[in-house]
Amino acid sequence: MDELDRRIVNALQGGFPVSPRPFEEAARQLGTDEATLIARLRRLLEQGVLTRFGPLFNAERLGGAFTLCAMAVPRQDFERVAAIVNSFPEVAHNYEREHRYNLWFVVAATDTARLRQAVAAIETRTGYSVLDLPKLDEYFLDLRLAA
Amino acid sequence: MNDLDLVRELAAGLPLAPRPYAEVAARLGASEEEVLARIRAMLADGRIRRIGAVPNHYALGWTANGMSVWDVEDAAVGELGPQVGALDFVSHCYLRPRRPAWPYNLFAMVHGRDRAEVEAKVARIASLLGGAARAHEVLYSRRILKKTGLRIA
Repeated sequence: MDELDRRIVNALQGGFPVSPRPFEEAARQLGTDEATLIARLRRLLEQGVLTRFGPLFNAERLGGAFTLCAMAVPRQDFERVAAIVNSFPEVAHNYEREHRYNLWFVVAATDTARLRQAVAAIETRTGYSVLDLPKLDEYFLDLRLAA
Repeated sequence: MNDLDLVRELAAGLPLAPRPYAEVAARLGASEEEVLARIRAMLADGRIRRIGAVPNHYALGWTANGMSVWDVEDAAVGELGPQVGALDFVSHCYLRPRRPAWPYNLFAMVHGRDRAEVEAKVARIASLLGGAARAHEVLYSRRILKKTGLRIA
């Protein structure tokens, strides 16, 4: 990453123009040109510095039901349980964390009934109970990471 | 075209082309104007949070990821939660229910280049919450098991 890459990553984490020639507009503000900006973004995506370029959706506002789940899984059973949890299409994210509750995953479904079914099925198939922690309120502004 | 068609078309990102919205419109058999109008409406009502580059935390060196969880007095959390969420280093901040085996109701995700940086940020949250927080813990991520493949954190 050079200085221009850094400026692109830092400046373009939001506010990309919604207009016919958005790269040209954004490039002008970055002191470069449209073709260079497009080429740089392509490379940053290929290198994995960026995971995506485009709109970041608020999944809940688009509709659907979500919850955060945690499980306390013994070390020796962890890989088996993680694989079962991952096999559910309703499981969007799944993280291993350092805690007695060591498996943390987000379950998403089209409605609350299907969400409940998926959580119950995860409990049945893994043999462990789930700590079901649905969001009650949200307080954050979007983070922009410095490159 | 409806909004859902557009969301699906944009799920993988915007085309990296001089007229990305026109390309999306062509794929959907719609006009560029209609695509622009629908995207502006989704930005206005929050269905789209923002448009731009989504960085990979790990590639940028933000390898320490701590989910800080706090037991904050119910009477105070409505006022303090938004203050925690407004801290520039907190990426996500949620109120969630307590459970018999889980006393924490406020969740604040904190990223850092290393754990010392995360701990310093968690200390700032602790001082902001003061006596309203009875206990807290930081759960560091060890591995992403699902999302963008398996990565060691």
